[in-house]
Amino acid sequence: MPTTTAAIVGSGNIGTDLMFKLLRSDLIDLRYMIGIDPESEGLALARQKGLEASHEGVDWLLARDPLPEIVFEATSAYVHVRNAPRYREAGIRAVDLTPAARGPYVIPPVNLTQHLDEMNVNMVTCGGQATIPMVHAVSRVVPVPYAEIVATVASRSAGPGTRANIDEFTRTTAAGVEVLGGAERGKAIIILNPAEPPLIMRDTIFCAIPDDADQAAIEASVDDMVAEVQGYVPGYRLRQRPQFDPAPAPGGYARVAIFIEVEGAGDYLPPYSGNLDIMTAAAAKVGEELARHITRVNA
Amino acid sequence: MPYSDQLDIRITDSSLRDGSHAKAHQFDESMVRSIVAGLAGAGVPVIEVTHGDGLGGSSFNYGFSHTDERTLLKAAVKEAGRSKIAALMLPGVGTMDDIKAIADIGVSVIRIATHCTEADISIQHFGLARELGLETVGFLMMAHSQPPEALAGQARIMADAGCQCVYVVDSAGALVLDQAADRVAALCAELGGDAQVGFHGHENLALGVANSVYAIRAGAVQIDGCTRRFGAGAGNTPTEALAAVCEKLGIRTGVDVLRLFDVAEEVVRPVMDAECALDRLSLIMGYAGVYSSFLRHAYRAAERYGVSGADILIECGERRLVGGQEDQIIDIAVELASRK
Repeated sequence: MPTTTAAIVGSGNIGTDLMFKLLRSDLIDLRYMIGIDPESEGLALARQKGLEASHEGVDWLLARDPLPEIVFEATSAYVHVRNAPRYREAGIRAVDLTPAARGPYVIPPVNLTQHLDEMNVNMVTCGGQATIPMVHAVSRVVPVPYAEIVATVASRSAGPGTRANIDEFTRTTAAGVEVLGGAERGKAIIILNPAEPPLIMRDTIFCAIPDDADQAAIEASVDDMVAEVQGYVPGYRLRQRPQFDPAPAPGGYARVAIFIEVEGAGDYLPPYSGNLDIMTAAAAKVGEELARHITRVNA
Repeated sequence: MPYSDQLDIRITDSSLRDGSHAKAHQFDESMVRSIVAGLAGAGVPVIEVTHGDGLGGSSFNYGFSHTDERTLLKAAVKEAGRSKIAALMLPGVGTMDDIKAIADIGVSVIRIATHCTEADISIQHFGLARELGLETVGFLMMAHSQPPEALAGQARIMADAGCQCVYVVDSAGALVLDQAADRVAALCAELGGDAQVGFHGHENLALGVANSVYAIRAGAVQIDGCTRRFGAGAGNTPTEALAAVCEKLGIRTGVDVLRLFDVAEEVVRPVMDAECALDRLSLIMGYAGVYSSFLRHAYRAAERYGVSGADILIECGERRLVGGQEDQIIDIAVELASRK
């Protein structure tokens, strides 16, 4: 019987997809779903699933008894910046799926257990969740002076929040490539492709590596990391074997290029939205780890 | 409506931006100085200088710049005389920090480009550019892929965000005459007096100048070219030919045509590694609707993996890749190689 109570704030696509994942959890007792639109499909689905749901925002949530122990924020960076101090004051841990970055970044296969005592952790960006594990897989084998990721997502799975502030994606992802990926310098590029039927999320990860890098060791590390991510995102896969290229000229970088695609589980969002699925799957995984930690602390 | 009292259209030369693709982004300061001085001396009113993929484009994915683009822009501003210096940026590649930096350098026109269905990712960038007092141009790339009405709807989003001139950008060099004119006309009808309309052509089907004339007749008042076609794919609309044709048609551009012929031959050509050729791969791009700057990447991947460049570009078209997805060219080449 799950004992750690939780709420989702934000009843849009991400929040609703996350709901389906948390409802399957043995560790999290999802109680509340909060939105701002009474007509929201997410709120209606939440009620069908037996959750208490409200369109009256965070004020409603903070008046509940009992309060949830964990809140998953799936609104926008702007909203989370306002909500974060209120959760903290109420003693609620926040898993932030927006790019607000009020707390440290978490990428499950890189640092899942590193910030369990923080009251707020941030899930970086969808592109970050998909690519930073690969940068980390390379940087744990050889020094990576520079890493660059190119995320291509279907236009239909780029929501209004991403569109209104695309710089936030590139900045936050690049910062994550450095802080958690382990690259000295990071760069992120995002491309929206409107093809129909929508394409599955594609990501390319370029890492600068030493000319004499142990290629077999890098490949093995990448394979291990892919397997680890597949543990919570089954549709995460390499499209090709990693491609190694020598430095084109003295002073240039030798590089490894890693090509992945991310097919979503199709819980609520369509499978091509692997970018959103990896975000909700990672948040659910972080939530479960927090639940284990809370249970241990309370025991 | 003419561009102004003096000019029927305003020409922007992009040799130092779209030409960056053909040069594998290896421009240095002296090349930029000489070309800017030459073009400005011939009366070209706007000169664009940036990495081919815009501000922040220097990367593994697109190719690293030889010289930092801000250094090149500073050099360009010094040589520009009465001409304006423009820079390109693609939201998702560059950021608002890049726009602030180039405004400080003295760049006066920012051109903000999105794929032609994704205009709403440029809203905050146009807002910032206007706040900074920059002149704004919007680029709807791969314009052949959308019908005129859909394109006009996207132009409206840019204009409402603060864009002062929206371009129909034929990135693949795939538009044919009336197809260019119809798109320009749809934008003019939608935007009315709210914003101007421009046209950016490529030579992949050898129609750069012809499409530009069709665009002008449909109401475009800003037209792009690259001197000596120094651009992506088979190159861009040759600026010097465009200026000459306009003069013969009585369209005022302010460009000294004979002087620009000299600049093309004596200043621009020596900087080019090779003439931009209307070869098989360029033709495939125009024919199949593939983003022109993929050309050099396709050549390189074909050589690296021992596969056909033509097959790579055809697959780019089938996958409906958009500008910026250069990484997928490697993916395609590896896949083609594994099928052999």
